Amino acid sequence: MQYYTPESFSEASKLSKNATGITRFLAGGTDVLVQLRSDIVIPDVLIDIKNIPDVEKIIKNPDGSWHIGVAVSGAQLNEHKDLQAEWPGVVEAMDLIGSTQIQGRATLVGNLCNGSPAADSVPALMAAGATVTIVNSSGNREIGVDKIPQSPGKTNLEKGDVVSAINLPARHSNSGDAYLRLIPRTEMDIAVVGCGVNLSLEDDQVSEARVSLGAVTPTVVLVEDAAKAIIGTKLDDQALEVLAKAAREACNPISDKRGTIEYRTHIAGVLAKRAAKIAYKRART
Amino acid sequence: MSNIHVNTIVNGDDVGFLCDPRETLLDCLRDKLALTGAKEGCGTGDCGACSVTLDGRLVCSCLVLGVEAEGKEVETIEGMSIGEDLHPLQEKFIEHAALQCGICTPGILVATKALLEKNPNPTETEVRYWLAGNLCRCTGYDKIIRAVLDTAADLQENQ
Repeated sequence: MQYYTPESFSEASKLSKNATGITRFLAGGTDVLVQLRSDIVIPDVLIDIKNIPDVEKIIKNPDGSWHIGVAVSGAQLNEHKDLQAEWPGVVEAMDLIGSTQIQGRATLVGNLCNGSPAADSVPALMAAGATVTIVNSSGNREIGVDKIPQSPGKTNLEKGDVVSAINLPARHSNSGDAYLRLIPRTEMDIAVVGCGVNLSLEDDQVSEARVSLGAVTPTVVLVEDAAKAIIGTKLDDQALEVLAKAAREACNPISDKRGTIEYRTHIAGVLAKRAAKIAYKRART
Repeated sequence: MSNIHVNTIVNGDDVGFLCDPRETLLDCLRDKLALTGAKEGCGTGDCGACSVTLDGRLVCSCLVLGVEAEGKEVETIEGMSIGEDLHPLQEKFIEHAALQCGICTPGILVATKALLEKNPNPTETEVRYWLAGNLCRCTGYDKIIRAVLDTAADLQENQ
């Protein structure tokens, strides 16, 4: 295994573009090292991106949007009170992942690029309208988080692409987000269903909304019909029922030891309603 | 690839070692620096027996590569007592018999030291959540939690 510590993203991109064999980027390592040590994926080339300047920084831009460095850990997000105040759903979603020790290393970008349909932070990022900045030999581009997952364990990133940051949009007033997941235990487990909701209000009426689901389709997905169900409403019981129905209709889950198809589908509707209520409450306060 | 030379600080001392880039920090601590307090339980970040701090942040050393320690500060269980003087947590663990076989104990002590530095007065729930990633198959956790809460109470009183 060749181990590299490039000092810029363009150098990291070049290394990965020219690499032969299995290539992995290393930030927190909570997936890469587990796969390495379990002999599931033994990289030929490992590119540690933590020597690149500012990768561990959380920056609020002058326009109110946020830049979250690719190597920012869950623990850092959780300690950042301003970010937590504006994007509580994103921060609480990341915080649900793993133990204190895992939080010390795990990153949002790692969670996204690992490609799991059950990744907890990804529904929250999609609901938030987050984007990633991607660097490759032709320059930088910014694309929506919802465009990254392709299938379980696979992303739409190409050879030579390296993600340099997560971007969260500027927060409108009267907006709120929330993420809920269901697991069979109280801690340290993988989502049976995850749901992210982000919404804005005008005169207590939902003016914009994004709803996402995790662990119930081959990739985390945005559910437009679920968002439509609550836009223009005050989240009354009828709107919530339409929301739940839309969420359930978007489900195409598998049955496994954590939950059956029927159970996951039912829970998706329950979590969508609950997450929407929390987001609504946050938007009003 | 040939071995890489790593310079790091472990428990306040400058140290250097040579390692293969695939080797974990845990293996480097145990096999190259003879610091065998951190244990390998699962090797996949689930059990916390290998807990250390890396630049003050609690991590599983089995999920850190040795080469990643370059230029960092590592704290292990070996740095917890000052000579023969035990850390208050270590004394309370003995007093409360918060250990049986002892395999998980170094990791739990390192983890709880990190907790009390961040949050000197945690609730029982906070202690239990903080230690969700430290598995013990002997004591059933209750004595561990009590030892941590008792240490926190003592430290608060002595302030």
